[in-house]
Amino acid sequence: METFLGIDYPTWWYLVVGGLFSGYAILDGFDFGAGAWHLFFKKEQSRRIALNAIGPVWDGNEVWLVIGGGALFAGFPVMYATFFSALYVPFMLFLVCIIFRAIAIEFRSKEEGKLWRKSWDISYSVSSTLLAFLLGVVLGNVLQGIAVGKDYLYQGQGFFEFLNPYALMTGFTTLSLFMVHGAIYLLLKTEGRLFAKLTVLLKRAIIGFMVIFGITSLYTLLYIPHLSDDFKSNPILFVVPVLTFLSIANIPRLANKKRFRGAFLFSSLTISLLLVLVAIELYPTLLISTVDPKYNLTVYKAAASTKSLKIMMTIVAIGAPLVAGYTFFVYKTFRGKVKLDEHSY
Amino acid sequence: METEILARIQFAFTVAFHYIYPPLSIGLGLILVIFESIYIRTKNEEYHKLAKFWTKIFALTFGIGVVTGIVMEFEFGTNWAVYSRYVGDVFGSALAAEGIFAFALESGFLGVLLFGWNRVKPWVHLVSTIGVFFGSMFSAIWIVVANSWQQTPAGYHIVGEGLNARAEITDFWAMVFNPSSVDRLTHVWLGAFLAGSFLVLSVHAYYLVKGRYVEISKKAFRIALIVATVFSLGQLFTGHQSAEGVAKNQPAKLAAMEGHFKAKGPADMYLFGWVNKEKQEVTGVKIPGGLSFLLHYDPKAPVTGLNAFPENERPPQVNAVFQFYHLMVAIGMTLIGLTLLASFLLWRKKLFQQKWLLRIFVWAVFLPQIANQVGWFAAEMGRQPWVVYKLLRTSDAFSQAVTDNQILFSLILFFVVYALLFFLFIYMLNKKIKHGPYDESDTELRPKTEEITQIITGKN
Repeated sequence: METFLGIDYPTWWYLVVGGLFSGYAILDGFDFGAGAWHLFFKKEQSRRIALNAIGPVWDGNEVWLVIGGGALFAGFPVMYATFFSALYVPFMLFLVCIIFRAIAIEFRSKEEGKLWRKSWDISYSVSSTLLAFLLGVVLGNVLQGIAVGKDYLYQGQGFFEFLNPYALMTGFTTLSLFMVHGAIYLLLKTEGRLFAKLTVLLKRAIIGFMVIFGITSLYTLLYIPHLSDDFKSNPILFVVPVLTFLSIANIPRLANKKRFRGAFLFSSLTISLLLVLVAIELYPTLLISTVDPKYNLTVYKAAASTKSLKIMMTIVAIGAPLVAGYTFFVYKTFRGKVKLDEHSY
Repeated sequence: METEILARIQFAFTVAFHYIYPPLSIGLGLILVIFESIYIRTKNEEYHKLAKFWTKIFALTFGIGVVTGIVMEFEFGTNWAVYSRYVGDVFGSALAAEGIFAFALESGFLGVLLFGWNRVKPWVHLVSTIGVFFGSMFSAIWIVVANSWQQTPAGYHIVGEGLNARAEITDFWAMVFNPSSVDRLTHVWLGAFLAGSFLVLSVHAYYLVKGRYVEISKKAFRIALIVATVFSLGQLFTGHQSAEGVAKNQPAKLAAMEGHFKAKGPADMYLFGWVNKEKQEVTGVKIPGGLSFLLHYDPKAPVTGLNAFPENERPPQVNAVFQFYHLMVAIGMTLIGLTLLASFLLWRKKLFQQKWLLRIFVWAVFLPQIANQVGWFAAEMGRQPWVVYKLLRTSDAFSQAVTDNQILFSLILFFVVYALLFFLFIYMLNKKIKHGPYDESDTELRPKTEEITQIITGKN
């Protein structure tokens, strides 16, 4: 198989897709988290500030989902087709939540009526919460594997099978992590009483996340042993979980010192490191078959042709610096605390 | 069968709904760039107001376009798994390029376009508007390339057999510049410019009829009219190019568009008509030999007809393809007539007195929208029974793992959610139009006070 810098192309693309998903989780993670907190703010002014904190950037963040999905389709068409058709109902719900969230952001402040704003606030917050949760549920199912059999056909029971206890745990882990991440982002963007309230909420969220994460990790080690095989056979990889714990520990440490930029950096790093853990645990498999290991989809079985992967590596190499460029420009333009004006949501 | 039909209905419904919005965003993007450039050159505050006003409407169409577009991207995987595996290697790179070159550009600069008016210098803002506009144009490139590849596959070879068969890319540029992509892309772009400019024409015609925001609306109407006139004439050319391409590359589709059954023989062109598939005849008003003449400049030249193809390789819905195609052409001609007439009157400085014509423009906003929709219907139904022309049948392409109940569930869900979305869109659009480009208290009240003085002083 052809390689580039000693790594074969399917593996390169595995890294690219992983990088895109982790970028997506960091970016949409804080705005899902901010959305999940929305109903905790009682005053109209606070809600508007919280909404406008993500106002100019949420749309750009969601593009990472489109790029990540496109990258999966392009690089691992077999995985994309098999996985999305198997998790049909969860993905449809995910899409409906995406729609409700976007229209809630767009429409809530366009009318004065109390009922109008309240309904959209609920729609925004509930859909943000569900999206964070569903992403975790999907991740939990990827970690456990799904009932894929011959001809890439899903043979399981459908929707409720995907809501198994482990997937629910990973769902709550993701939600709580995004809420920590979102609270820190909002702290960077707010002042006064809302800021004070968020400091309290952040403390609770960190404790909540640590408890849920602890339980989920323990459950993974005890009941899904195949996920830790790679670490046992290759002890150097233990660096990653150790770094993850250090990164998590840094969040409350920096938050207590009111160094929220640093805390945000570490909550972002935590999200990436957790995905790195997942990536190590899975590789070279993309989708574990619970029917029979011979139906496992590996990166090699699922990958597009080397020619296609090379073309896309070129596209990414040209495109990624551009994307980084405009992302930097937008965040720089809107840096600092939120100030409402006549163009705000 | 049932699953296939449901999957097709869902895809058709979600994509048709989606396609209301991106053409508006592309077209309005162009108009915004023009308004803002004029403002920066002339420092005329009215163009600034126009740019800000239309940005708000742009935001509305853009937002709905994005979320309904995400649905489309995932629907390939959820409902068309066999198709996705088959084309992923080819199609995927176009989608990836769209994401990274087009969407990131649009959405990145969108924040500055919408919220940056008071934060960045005017020229930086203009650059952001141009960024968003180019992003939406690029987005059309990659989507049309991907769809054109399904119509006229190129730059690939087939690997494997049966369920494992798939198209693999051999030449990226041959895939991008497949035989139909350039013709179809220009046709799509111009269709989008018409959708956007006719919305601007409609709203400002409404103000002119109502006598509100008169001066600013004349300016906006003039600009949008120039855009609409140029591009509706341009559509004649791109449309003709597309038709020639279809004749060459997808003769069965062209034959269905004109209801031409004879395997080889001169083909007529119908102004309108009705196709009877069983009797293989069309009733209607025709130009004998018209199609032959249009394609070969000779009314007797033979054109390949539907009977030249085996029964199972002909588009099953001949009459529908015929009707959609003819409706698109008829609307195209109407748009040319309307814009030329209005341009002539504008040149003679009589346009803004013609209330009847302005009233037609208020309603004409639906025409390019309908033409865009039925044009795609004709293109996609004319490609049947293939999802990838001559390579993969639609009936083989859907997800085997998904049950018809699941699709019925999601289909109902989309119906409900999209109905709500459409209602909200119309409600908000109406509200923004009623509110107008600026608060009427600042300048527009002046003539009214004069009127009052006139009444008080008794001078008629």
